[in-house]
Amino acid sequence: MNWTIALPEIVLAVIGLAILVFGVLRKQDNVLLCTMLTVGGFLAAGLLVLNGTRGGGFNGQFLADSFAAFNKVLILAGASLAVILSLDFNDKQGIGRFEFPVLVLFATVGMMIMVSASNLMTLYLGLELQSLALYVLAAFARDDLRSSEAGLKYFVLGGLASGLLLYGISLVYGFSGTMDFAKLASLLTDPLTASPGLIFGVVFVLVGLAFKVSAVPFHMWTPDVYEGAPTSVTVFLATAPKVAAMALFTRVMCGPFGHLVGAWHALIVILSIASMLLGAFTAIGQSNIKRLMAYSSIGHMGFALAGLSVGTADGVRGVLVYMAIYVAMTAGTFACIIAMRRQGRAVEQISDLAGLATNDPWLAMLLAGFMFSLAGIPLMAGFFAKLYVLLAAIEGGSWTLAVVGVLSSVVGAFYYIRIIKVMYFDPAAGAFDRRAPSLSLVAGVTGLFTVLFFLHPAPVVDAANVAAQALFR
Amino acid sequence: MGFPLLSLITWLPMAGVVILLTIRGDEKTVATNARWTALWTSLIVMAISLVIWVRFDRADAGFQFVESVAWLPQYKIGYKMGVDGISVLFVLLSTVLTPLCILASWESIQTKVREFMISFLILETMMVGMFCALDFVVFYMFFEAVLIPMYLIIGIWGGPRRVYAAVKFFLFTLTGSVLMLLALLAMWVQAGTTDIPTLMHTTFPVGTQKWLFLAFFASFAVKVPMWPMHTWLPDAHVEAPTAGSVILAGVLLKMGAYGFARFSIPMLPDASAYFAPFIFTLSVVAVIYTSLVALAQEDMKKLIAYSSVAHMGVVTIGLFTFNEQGIQGGLFMMLSHGVVSAALFLIVGVIYDRIHTREIARYGGLADRMPCYAFAFMLFAMASVGLPGTAGFVGEFLVIVGAFQVNFWLALLGGAGMILGAAYTLYLYRRVVFGRITRDDLRGILDLSAREWAVFAPLIVLTMWMGIYPSSFTGFWDASVAAMVKQHTAALAETVKLAGVLH
Repeated sequence: MNWTIALPEIVLAVIGLAILVFGVLRKQDNVLLCTMLTVGGFLAAGLLVLNGTRGGGFNGQFLADSFAAFNKVLILAGASLAVILSLDFNDKQGIGRFEFPVLVLFATVGMMIMVSASNLMTLYLGLELQSLALYVLAAFARDDLRSSEAGLKYFVLGGLASGLLLYGISLVYGFSGTMDFAKLASLLTDPLTASPGLIFGVVFVLVGLAFKVSAVPFHMWTPDVYEGAPTSVTVFLATAPKVAAMALFTRVMCGPFGHLVGAWHALIVILSIASMLLGAFTAIGQSNIKRLMAYSSIGHMGFALAGLSVGTADGVRGVLVYMAIYVAMTAGTFACIIAMRRQGRAVEQISDLAGLATNDPWLAMLLAGFMFSLAGIPLMAGFFAKLYVLLAAIEGGSWTLAVVGVLSSVVGAFYYIRIIKVMYFDPAAGAFDRRAPSLSLVAGVTGLFTVLFFLHPAPVVDAANVAAQALFR
Repeated sequence: MGFPLLSLITWLPMAGVVILLTIRGDEKTVATNARWTALWTSLIVMAISLVIWVRFDRADAGFQFVESVAWLPQYKIGYKMGVDGISVLFVLLSTVLTPLCILASWESIQTKVREFMISFLILETMMVGMFCALDFVVFYMFFEAVLIPMYLIIGIWGGPRRVYAAVKFFLFTLTGSVLMLLALLAMWVQAGTTDIPTLMHTTFPVGTQKWLFLAFFASFAVKVPMWPMHTWLPDAHVEAPTAGSVILAGVLLKMGAYGFARFSIPMLPDASAYFAPFIFTLSVVAVIYTSLVALAQEDMKKLIAYSSVAHMGVVTIGLFTFNEQGIQGGLFMMLSHGVVSAALFLIVGVIYDRIHTREIARYGGLADRMPCYAFAFMLFAMASVGLPGTAGFVGEFLVIVGAFQVNFWLALLGGAGMILGAAYTLYLYRRVVFGRITRDDLRGILDLSAREWAVFAPLIVLTMWMGIYPSSFTGFWDASVAAMVKQHTAALAETVKLAGVLH
């Protein structure tokens, strides 16, 4: 058995257990050390993913291909950024405990298993490992009512989604007799011969996954959880799990159910259009920036789903490029949000940003860059994200999706530029506290990526291309 | 591939931005250094761009100074730059207007000077890059990225309703451009390339052409702006700081007309011919309606803004006549309007800096205290009216000649704009410059300063030069326009022949 294909996951899990033991034994000053060890673990896992062996194993349960590798690197990058951002925030909020990085680490292991799943069972195991860690994280500020509420909401709705997914899996298994992706793909070659029960199963799986990527109409938990959870958790929720869920979604739809594209295409188109429109219009009324980012993420997931709905390698490439850029933009934006802190208290109203351009020009410039990028204005990375998805949609002849996509991005631009308006045009409110170097680091690195992506987009696009081809081989 | 001259003038302002970002010191030092850095950067860019004027081969109808770098080779997108007769003068217009704008904002911009100069230099990069781009994706990126600095310029340094104006400007233009993006992608999928010279020789099916044309129209008509999509323009102009208005009127409006001349007409000849009456109708309405609206304005900037819409209406009439006189006239009009309307906004800026109002009724009798100012104002007002011997005349005349070949009524109604233009411009001039001084603050008003002379002198020279010896400008695009008209006629003939075979 070729167990080395799972080496990154194994190493990361062992490191996680080691950090746990270390953190318990060393009672004081363990937060910074454990966080650094976690980031080191992510780095090691990332190197192992890049240089690791490709192939399937564990009796067809696990598959390490280029597609998985691309997403794992993204997940690890998102998780690392989130962990670095959590350092300062957790410390100041009084929730600086060493379990935080450990939980993030285990959630990350779960996500890595998710994207490598080649069997519905592995898929479910990875998903649950991820979700359980995330439920705890959402309620991490246990003395804070909002955080507990967010954790509970996330748990209940996430549990419901898992139940739907599991039900779908059981239907698929019952009607086809296998849970292996490759075997499913060879069995389900024609949507007409597929039994209705099986299609039901596919739909339930799809619904469960839609919950995880927070596509409309399964998005209800997102704004509440984003707002309630500590911001350090929100930044994690908004990046890595989204990548993992979208990757899983893509793999399941294009792999085992790839030949049924006629059956699920319309569903994804509806999810995509609904998400783009709801994300764009609902965000306009928000005054809390975390909530706004929640709706913004719904809109972005809708856009990524538009790429998936085409069901071609070009579409998947669009999704992957989108997710890569989305992670950078979102992590950067949240770094700026975490920097919003006045007299030791975190503030999160959009109006609190008033006059940031005067008080902290660099932070304002970065956040403005992220906002223009999220709005998809060219030269910023966000434009390229949209470009590849739209290209795939037009190649596939999905004009409705393309038109709704660009028009909703105009509506979206309205609330993004409103934030810039508050920062630059409104009279200055009180200055924020000095921002921690870790925040500046994350915002700076992601900001450079976002602004300078246009200079040399080829590496990311090429990698996404290779990853997408792997899925359709 | 020779020396990357166009890339140099496109990206050099960015070097200025980097320098501006590193300036340290107290607010006053930063402001002074920022002004000088920006001025020198833009002057150097202008000086380099003059090399293009000298070295441009006027007999060549194709693209010159071409440079091409693989950027996304697997999708056949290259970073490709080059200018032909149609675009070269607009590159120069952008590089000449930028230092003048920086000079004009020397004293009127007192807050966040560094950020203002950064925005302006970024704006210059985007404008020059847009006119030089020979790849559709690269063009689109520059075209839309202009929104970022312009949004900030209007929103931060604008007047009381600046937020409304900035957001309106942003959303109007963005809506148009995203539809163009879809058309761009459709062409990309169909032709397999985004290389502009190749696309210009690609024939698209007539049905597709119509859809593509409408998508392009959505973008360019907002930018021109054509009636009835013009409503963002008066707001943006009134609220923008002087330099912002200058660039808006001088260069950004030309981007729409340039888009028609570069994309719609050569790439979609059948659809252009099909939609020409539609364009003429909108243009004629724009010319007459907005001229009448201009007559009723109480705000100087608003009046000039409406006159811009009317003048750009003449430009679109000229471009869609598809004959040499019309297109040449349209291009000349774009250029002269770029100089003259920019100058008029600067003229308004001069007295706004002194009295801080743009209300026409607040002024009167300026000729007495500001003779030099009155002279400059008169010159530009006459050029705007289209007096022979000034820049404005040549363009309008050629457009009307071109329009006559299409339709008598088109020429008549389009020409009516000249008469109405004379009415509102002279009326404005009379109310502001002549009459008796009634208000005390006007008695002590100062004439043009040396800095303001430095701003106006080049514009006066240009206005007279373009009026007296237009060949030194039309010579640039003679060959390109002739080729364009020939190609258009050939393409239409081809379609007719095809239709004949089918019937």
